[in-house]
Amino acid sequence: MASIEIRSLRKHFGELHAVDGVDLSIRDGEFLVLLGSSGSGKTTLLRMIAGLERPTSGEIHIGDQRVDGDVPPRARGIAMVFQSYALYPHRTVFQNIAFPLEASHVPRKQIEQKVRWAAELFSISRYLDRYPRQLSGGERQRVALCRALVRDPKVFLLDEPLANLDAKLRNTARDDLKRFQRRIQTTTVYVTHDQVEAMGLGDRIVVMERGKVRQIGTPQEVYEDPVDTFVATFVGQPPMNLLDAGDPSLPPRTLTGFRPEHFLPRSVFGPAEDLRTFRFAVRRVEYLGSDRYVYGSVAASGAPDATIIAKLPATIALAIPEGETHEFAVPRRALRYFDPETGLRRKV
Amino acid sequence: MTLPLRPRRALADREDVLGAAMLGPALAYVILLVGVPFVFAILLGFSNATAGSLSFGWAGFRNYAAILADPIFLRALRNSAVVTVGSQLLVVILATAAAQVFRATFRGKRVARFVLLLPWAVPVSLAAIAWTWIFDSTFSVINWTLKAAGLLHGWLYWLGDPTLALLAIIIVQAWRIFPFATVIVLAGLSSIPQEIVEAAIVDGAGFWRRLFRVELPLLLPVVAVAVLFGVVYTATDLGVVYILTGGGPANTTHVLPTLAFQRGILGADLGQGAAIAVFLLPFLIVVAIGMLRLAHRTEVGGSR
Repeated sequence: MASIEIRSLRKHFGELHAVDGVDLSIRDGEFLVLLGSSGSGKTTLLRMIAGLERPTSGEIHIGDQRVDGDVPPRARGIAMVFQSYALYPHRTVFQNIAFPLEASHVPRKQIEQKVRWAAELFSISRYLDRYPRQLSGGERQRVALCRALVRDPKVFLLDEPLANLDAKLRNTARDDLKRFQRRIQTTTVYVTHDQVEAMGLGDRIVVMERGKVRQIGTPQEVYEDPVDTFVATFVGQPPMNLLDAGDPSLPPRTLTGFRPEHFLPRSVFGPAEDLRTFRFAVRRVEYLGSDRYVYGSVAASGAPDATIIAKLPATIALAIPEGETHEFAVPRRALRYFDPETGLRRKV
Repeated sequence: MTLPLRPRRALADREDVLGAAMLGPALAYVILLVGVPFVFAILLGFSNATAGSLSFGWAGFRNYAAILADPIFLRALRNSAVVTVGSQLLVVILATAAAQVFRATFRGKRVARFVLLLPWAVPVSLAAIAWTWIFDSTFSVINWTLKAAGLLHGWLYWLGDPTLALLAIIIVQAWRIFPFATVIVLAGLSSIPQEIVEAAIVDGAGFWRRLFRVELPLLLPVVAVAVLFGVVYTATDLGVVYILTGGGPANTTHVLPTLAFQRGILGADLGQGAAIAVFLLPFLIVVAIGMLRLAHRTEVGGSR
């Protein structure tokens, strides 16, 4: 078990700055999620921790060992699960899981024990004699996890391990993964572009964009207190509404942001609540079972065409006819303000 | 406006007719230039035909009995096997090593790749003549180089000593086939997913373990194809041995094709020549089937 320290880490591919000055400390036993869209540098960062990519500059410490430079992956005490699982197609499940143990010259008998123990843990004992191609996606993913586990790594590195599973399986796999990590308490770095995975799995989330860290925080902090408009619109589905409300009590040119689930008909709030009301011209209502998404625009905003979304839970049965203007409101405590130039959060 | 519709099926619509029409020329080529000579060769093997006469008498298995009792033939048979196996072994090692080199990026890679492919593009006869100079009893660059490096104290008569001559033939055959094999192995290497190689690195496998436990097993089907080609090319080659040693010294380095040529064409005994030439066929077929099955089995990941 180990913590990870990353200091001003950079990776340049020619002109492209894939990772552009990242500082990060990952606590011992923490489940840290690197969240970003493709090209944000999250995978490159993970590969540098693994030792598959050499940093252009900066430092990486795993435990008390400095590993940027010439420390090969096998000497870093890491294990990695790849997006494609990267199982060896010519080896049985048993041989796949045994491979890292063979590579570190563990005695035969011990290998046998260890593989059976790990397979038991992931309930894949039945498949030990099969080849990867004979397994389903979920089973392959568990084999890959097993192969990573038997090395007793100090750090788990996971590169989008759920991306190749179908949606239904992904939920249970996510739950399994989280329980497994809680149980073995090994520091884990998990890369994903899926914010639902990030929110659900991470002790903390690192939001990355174009090689830089935009925000580090617990899922709650990242969701409720985004540091800038990028994080505000990247995390959350549908994204945070942003508009220039032209509010006289605010400094000129301030973006007001609020989550769609806070934007509700005026009548559902109690009279004591401190509200900011809007005239909401409803264009379209989308019925999604548990929620209704209401699309429309707000007359007060600087750009009246900008689409604003309200997310009404099914508990609000109020009829919202399309093509009409309604009185909607947001509690003032749910409002967030941003500078339109820099995108940074503005405290008011 | 309506598009003009052709009411009847044109030739281009009739895939059955079109297929036969397009296959025809290729089929005619194979039958006339491969099939007929092949059948003719088998028939000749059972005849007492000679060059310069049109008589064609049935000889039964007499030709086969004669060659099987002939030490020169048995030696040629052994040589064929030794040369084929030896050269292909060398090819597999060289091609795998060369493919590893060419997988890396380095300056002058394109030039190096061009040079690599040259042996393949050079006509066999021309290359074999060049090699006779390299193995020349007086001017052999190999000998002079070894001498200059202080590694050789006597003198090697490459084409004058039966063992060395066979070794020389193996070297030239390997040299001829290995560029082709390298290209095939290189293609095979690039078909191994990068993530699998990286997984092996992270799993702690060093270069050799990665090579022998991950890359080579995955390459096996591709290498098998390369070797199959190599076996066929080498086992049926006449030019290299004919030019390099002419079967000498004292008929010790004959392989089946050169012996068949000597007996059948130069010695005018068409029947025996054909019998020698056909002799290797069953073995080649067995080798081919074996390797294709091996390739298939590895491809689908074991036969469970």
